Amino acid sequence: MARQEGSDSVTGAQSLVRSLESVGAEVVFGIPGGAILPAYDPLFDSVKVRHILVRHEQGGGHAAEGYAQATGKVGVCMATSGPGATNLVTPIADAYMDSVPIVAITGQVPSAAIGTDAFQEADICGITMPITKHNFLVQNVEEIPRTIAEAFHIASSGRPGPVLVDIPKDILQAQGQFAWPPVLDLPGYHPTTRPHAKQIREAAKLIAAAKRPVLYVGGGVLKARASAELRVLAELTGIPVVTTLMARGAFPDSHPQHVGMPGMHGSVTAVTALQKSDLLITLGARFDDRVTGKLSSFAPDALVIHADIDPAEIGKNRAADVPIVGDCRETLADLVVAVQEVYGTGTRADLTAWWKQLDGWRTTYPLGYEEPTDGSLAPQYVISRIGKIAGPEALYVAGVGQHQMWASQFISYENPYTWLNSGGLGTMGYSVPAAMGAKVGRPEATVWAIDGDGCFQMTNQELVTCAIEGIPIKVAIINNGNLGMVRQWQTLFYDGRYSNTNLQSKRIPDFVKLADAMGCVGLRCETKEDVDATIEKAMAINDAPCVIDFVVGQDAMVWPMVPAGTSNDEILAARGTRPVWGEDDV
Amino acid sequence: MITRHTLSVLVEDKPGVLARVAALFSRRGFNIESLAVGPTEHPTVSRMTIVVTVEDLPLEQVTKQLNKLVNVLKIVELDPTASVQRELLLVKVKADLATRSHVLETVQLFRAKVVDVATDAVTIEATGTAEKLSALIKVLEPFGIRELVQSGMVAVGRGSRSITGSEPRLRSVSAPATA
Repeated sequence: MARQEGSDSVTGAQSLVRSLESVGAEVVFGIPGGAILPAYDPLFDSVKVRHILVRHEQGGGHAAEGYAQATGKVGVCMATSGPGATNLVTPIADAYMDSVPIVAITGQVPSAAIGTDAFQEADICGITMPITKHNFLVQNVEEIPRTIAEAFHIASSGRPGPVLVDIPKDILQAQGQFAWPPVLDLPGYHPTTRPHAKQIREAAKLIAAAKRPVLYVGGGVLKARASAELRVLAELTGIPVVTTLMARGAFPDSHPQHVGMPGMHGSVTAVTALQKSDLLITLGARFDDRVTGKLSSFAPDALVIHADIDPAEIGKNRAADVPIVGDCRETLADLVVAVQEVYGTGTRADLTAWWKQLDGWRTTYPLGYEEPTDGSLAPQYVISRIGKIAGPEALYVAGVGQHQMWASQFISYENPYTWLNSGGLGTMGYSVPAAMGAKVGRPEATVWAIDGDGCFQMTNQELVTCAIEGIPIKVAIINNGNLGMVRQWQTLFYDGRYSNTNLQSKRIPDFVKLADAMGCVGLRCETKEDVDATIEKAMAINDAPCVIDFVVGQDAMVWPMVPAGTSNDEILAARGTRPVWGEDDV
Repeated sequence: MITRHTLSVLVEDKPGVLARVAALFSRRGFNIESLAVGPTEHPTVSRMTIVVTVEDLPLEQVTKQLNKLVNVLKIVELDPTASVQRELLLVKVKADLATRSHVLETVQLFRAKVVDVATDAVTIEATGTAEKLSALIKVLEPFGIRELVQSGMVAVGRGSRSITGSEPRLRSVSAPATA
């Protein structure tokens, strides 16, 4: 429908829909309501933009995130004013923390009613100011095409993030001109993408000279679509790689140089590699407290190369010896050339001793878990079997809590964009709607939501959307009947006083019946023997969403663990088991 | 080291921009000592002068965060020795027949001026550095201050250089996102 030149007289609503079509939006997750209603009329006729009617705006927001994280494109969600808009706050905050490019379009009460406490009025621009990369209150119908183009540009460029566009109802109804492409007017927005050549040379010198270097890889490498470049640099240098929770899949787990995930529940080898390192090559990571533990004792002997597209991340938590502002893909490509040049001069540290240490830790402290002694099903076993059976081409979308950590530990991620989760905000309820969005973006892929029984009860209504819209995701509920991670902390730090963590969801609700009622196939699995057969049954169902209630033991805990606020040196490989470092290791 | 910093922030003259900047300071735990906003020689650009007392490292972080605001065009920290810094004071002082001449003498001394007179009070206008104005207030206090209002600081660098530069550079237009 959109014409590339000339201009037509249209309503604001038509202008909005044409702008979305022209900017390349394929799908919008939303719910109509009073203030956004004019936009839904032309949207009804659009053949380019598919609207998916979600059951809760929060689900629409997470679906847009899942779509964006699975495809790399901008996800779009839409809601009406007031409660519709405020229901988007959680996914917007989530997208802000995890740098996910989404555009949220909200209706607003008519311009003349703004500020009068009108029906369904909320100052959503004010509310989302600290959790959006930018937001707009459209004040004129002529601004709509430019604002939408700017919103998509801001969301997807530089450090990606959420952008909200609030449009008053009278502006959606007003007549105006539509012309595409609009000229962007963003004089204050210039993300730096080209890394500085001098800093690259400095970094290359440190890389070639370091005896215990580690490539500390964060989500920015995925955002920059730089996995291939990362692999080239890693294999050129032979340096060990750790991938953070946001970067799982950026480097193949099976690669011999991959030493695991760092952080509170990271592998002993990855955590210790950072602690003992003399050079952190930090790529698109932000020294989050879940990775560093007690910051003052994090990697005490390491020099830091910190490459990030966001200058504000550099030096925020940890001082950088070599700061590099730029796109991770360009940075990595430049580093490969620069390191080769330094190697050419004959400078290249021997990493044999470092690898000997790392391999020693890997052998002594592999990731693992103990079989429950009460005969219950081990949640880790269930998750690892899903990973094995669905394989490395499938997408895995976790909620937040124990199951999330197990899914990050016990599934082998070989490909980028196959692991989606809520890392920064830690949003319970992310999994089902984000899996829905991911499946819409990648319909050919198998998409598994790995969810907890607590998380699942927050957003499972989107399974209705999946059933009706033909989005056959698979959901594994790791049902331990409890808010498992909180329970784990109560076990460890509150003398086992289980205050309000027992959800009793092994009894109520009946997840199989619930799945059935929502138009999904519901399955239950309670024994180890049935696990493979149940997963395979779910894998065979491709015409409907499928939910498996895996009833697992409630006492399983996530290990290793660095207790909150303590040094990474205090890592516990398992309960009461602190790794012992030999003389050689210090 | 904790020091006083004067930031000149050039912003697009758009609704909500003051809220964005002010909220960013409060969110990061900074107390703004003084804030002045006004137009510049470019009709679409406003200039904020923000005075904060903070350590150097957190200031660098807040400056970087400010730079990320889409409506912020440029941030310059003004060195107090290389800039002219002024505040405006309006103060209403008790002045009856017995004290009026003393009050007026003080006004003269500080090169301030009287902008309103009543039978028992005068209103004085003064401009200057924060130090000069606080000295004036100290001298006026014994007469009885009935009301006092003070502006935020405005500041401009010394010499011929301009931080706003030429308008086209400030208003550079980005390329469209999509074809």
